[in-house]
Amino acid sequence: MASEKKTLTGSRILWECLEREGVHTIFGYPGGAILPAYDALKHSKIHHILVRHEQGATHMADGYARATGGVGVAVATSGPGATNMVTGIATAMMDSSPIVCITGQVGSKLLGSDAFQETDITGVTLPITKHNYLITRADEVAHVVREAFYVAKSGRPGPVLIDITKDAQQSNAEFDWDAAAPKMRGYRPDLSPAKAEYVKALELIKNAKRPLILAGHGILVSGAEMEVQMFAERASVPVAMTLLGLGALPASHQLNLGMMGMHGEAWVNTAIQEADLLLAFGMRFDDRVTGNVKTYAPNSKKIHIEIDPAEINKNIKVDVPLVGDLRKILQELLPHVGAVDRREWTARINELKGDSAVRDIQNLPDSGHLYAAHVINDLWRETRHSDSIVVTDVGQHQMWEAQYYKHETPRSLITSGGLGTMGFALPAGIGAKVARPEAEVWVMPGDGGFQMTMCELATIVQEKIKVNIAIINNGFLGMVRQWQEFFYDKNYEATPLISPDFVKLGEAYGIKSYAVKRRSEVIPTVQAAREHKGPVLIDFQVEKEDTVYPMVAAGASLHEMIRRPNPLMETGDDE
Amino acid sequence: MLHTLVVYVENKPGVLNRVVSLFRRRSFNIDSLTVGRTEKPDVSRMTIVVEADEDQARRVVANVYKLINVLRIDDVTNEAAVTRDLALIKVGAPHEQRSHVLELANVFRARVVDVAPESLTVEITGDEDKIDGLLEVLKPYGLLEVVRTGIVAMRRGAKLSTEAKPTGPDVIEDGNVSYSV
Repeated sequence: MASEKKTLTGSRILWECLEREGVHTIFGYPGGAILPAYDALKHSKIHHILVRHEQGATHMADGYARATGGVGVAVATSGPGATNMVTGIATAMMDSSPIVCITGQVGSKLLGSDAFQETDITGVTLPITKHNYLITRADEVAHVVREAFYVAKSGRPGPVLIDITKDAQQSNAEFDWDAAAPKMRGYRPDLSPAKAEYVKALELIKNAKRPLILAGHGILVSGAEMEVQMFAERASVPVAMTLLGLGALPASHQLNLGMMGMHGEAWVNTAIQEADLLLAFGMRFDDRVTGNVKTYAPNSKKIHIEIDPAEINKNIKVDVPLVGDLRKILQELLPHVGAVDRREWTARINELKGDSAVRDIQNLPDSGHLYAAHVINDLWRETRHSDSIVVTDVGQHQMWEAQYYKHETPRSLITSGGLGTMGFALPAGIGAKVARPEAEVWVMPGDGGFQMTMCELATIVQEKIKVNIAIINNGFLGMVRQWQEFFYDKNYEATPLISPDFVKLGEAYGIKSYAVKRRSEVIPTVQAAREHKGPVLIDFQVEKEDTVYPMVAAGASLHEMIRRPNPLMETGDDE
Repeated sequence: MLHTLVVYVENKPGVLNRVVSLFRRRSFNIDSLTVGRTEKPDVSRMTIVVEADEDQARRVVANVYKLINVLRIDDVTNEAAVTRDLALIKVGAPHEQRSHVLELANVFRARVVDVAPESLTVEITGDEDKIDGLLEVLKPYGLLEVVRTGIVAMRRGAKLSTEAKPTGPDVIEDGNVSYSV
C-alpha cells in the first residue's frame, strides 16, 4: 500500500490503527478522560461491547485472545476505570495472553497534579504488563499502537497498556501508517538455540529409556500441536499435560496420559518422578506442577524448550535449554528423531494407570447424589462432537473440569491458570464467543467466582451473546473448604456461601434458567440449553462437601499424593 | 557474590524506573547503581552491582534483557574490566592531626578538595577495595560524612563493549539471536 498521509485527531488515529491491526470488536466502559476517543467511534467500523465492570472488559479481551490467538482489546477511562483493569491485566500476564488495554488519562498539563480521576496507571501496571506506554501527543498514537500490538503478540505474548491523555486524543496530527511501523532496537523476540544445544538434546533423546513430554501452553501459543504429536509418535514418548496445555494433544490420543501436577492423575505424577528424560515443551515448571522442587523428577535429565530465556533454570535446573519458538525448534529436531522400542516404559505406565482407574468416581453407580464430576462428564458426552469451548473459573470445578472433560482440540479450554482469578469465567466466555461465534461456549464457574463478575449477565443480554452458563454450585468456596478440611482441622471459616436463587437471578435478566439437583436431569437440561437460541443459565446444585482427588499438598513431593478413596467404600457411606 | 552488569538502555523517560522495578519485583538486591549518558545521545549506560550467585545472575541478565527499552546487557564480573568508584570523605582533622590525615590521603592518592578549621574533605577515585582501604585508615580520625557514587565499569582493551560477545542472548551473523546457557 502506498504511503498516504492525512491529518486526524489522536482519537481517530487510534481507531484507524486498531482497524488496520484487524480489530473488529473491543470491550470497554466510557468515562471522562476517554470520551474523545468514544466520540470518534462514530467514524469507525469497530464494534464496541459495553461491559458492566472494567475487569470484565480485560477478561473478555483475554478470552477473545485465547480463543483465537489474536490480540484482544479492552478500553477504560482514567483512574478507577483503569485500576479496575488491574486483575485482568495480571491474569493475562501470568498466562501469556496477548491483550492491549487502552486507558484515557487526564490532560497532559494536569499529569501529576492529583487531578480528578487521575491514577498513574503506567506506574501501577509496570510489573504486570509486558510493556506499557503513556501517550501525551497525538503524533505518538500511531507508532505506539503499532508497537503495542507487535509487542503483545510476538515472542512470549502478554498484555500491553496504552495510557492516552485527553489532549492527545483531541489534538490533530499527521497520520502515516507506513511511517509508524515498529522500529524497536531493544526488542528482539525471535531467539533461536545455538547449534550445539540441538546436538546435546538429540543425544539425550537418543539415550533415554523412560522419556516423558511435559506439554504446556506454549504449544498452543506457538501453534506446534502437529509437531508435538509427530514428535511423540515418532519417538514413542508419552505426553503429560499442564492445565493450560490441555487440548494441545487430543485427550483420546494413546500417548496422552492426562494432566500432571497438584490435581493431576497419580499415574502421570508417578511417571514424571520415574522418568529419565523430561522434555518440557512450552511450560515453566510452575509450583503447581512440580510439587517440592527438591524431590522433583530426581533421576531425569531435562530438556527445556521455551521462548523466554528468563524461564530457564528459574524453578528447575535443566540440562539442555532450547530457547526459541517451540514449533521451529521441533521442526529442526524432528528429522533427527528416530523410532525407539519403549514397550517396557509403556508397560510400566499402564501398570500405574490400572491402579488409579478403579478409583474413578465415574465408576460409581448412580446413588441419586449429584457430583460435579458427573455433571462435567455428562456435559462432555453431550458436546464432545461439536466445536465447543469450556471456560472455567478457579477452584474445585476447574480441576474437575480438567479431569473429566476430555479436550480433543486446541483452545477448547480457557481458564485462568497462573493467577487463578476468580470471576474469570463469565467475561472470558463472552470474549471467546465473540471471537469464535460459531463455537458452542460453556461458561463454567463455581457459585463463588460467578458472583464476582455476574454483572456481565447484562452484557450478554444487551449484546445477544449465546453462551451457556453451568454454575457448579456447592454452597462453599469449595477449594478453600477442601484445604480447611485437609490442613486446618475442618475449620470452615468464611467458606460457607449464601447465594441468590440463580434461576430467579437469570430470569431477572431475561435469561432462560434451570436448576438441576439430580444426575438424571443433567443430560436433558444440557440438551435443552443447546437447543435454546439465547443464553441459558443452569444452576447445578452438587454435593456440598466433595473433594478434588488426587491431591499433592503444597510443598509435598509430586508422588506423595492424597489418593482417591476406594469408591465402593464411598458408596457404602452414601447409603 | 557481587556481579557487575553493564546495561545499555534507550534514553527515554521512565526507563530507569523499569530497570529498578524489575530488581525489586524479582527480589534481586542492588548493591549499587549508576546511570549516565554515553557517546550516543539516545543511549544511556548503567552499571549495576547486584548480590547474586551465578544462577541468579544469569536470571537477572535474562530478565533485564527482556525489558523492551534495554538494548544490551553484559555481565563483566569475570572479565578484565576497569571499575571505578568515587568517594567524597569529610574527616575530622583538627590542627594537631591534620598532617597525619594529609599523609594518609597522599598514600591513597586522594585529593583534598575542601579545608575547614576542624575538618578536611578528600576526593578519592578507584576500585571499591581502595576506597574501603582509605575509609578504614581514616576511621580513627572520625568520618563526619561519606558519599560514594557507586561503581562504573568498562572492559579493558581496544574492543568496544558494543562489539564484544554479550553474556546475554547473542546476535549471530545472519541477524538471528542465538541463546545458550
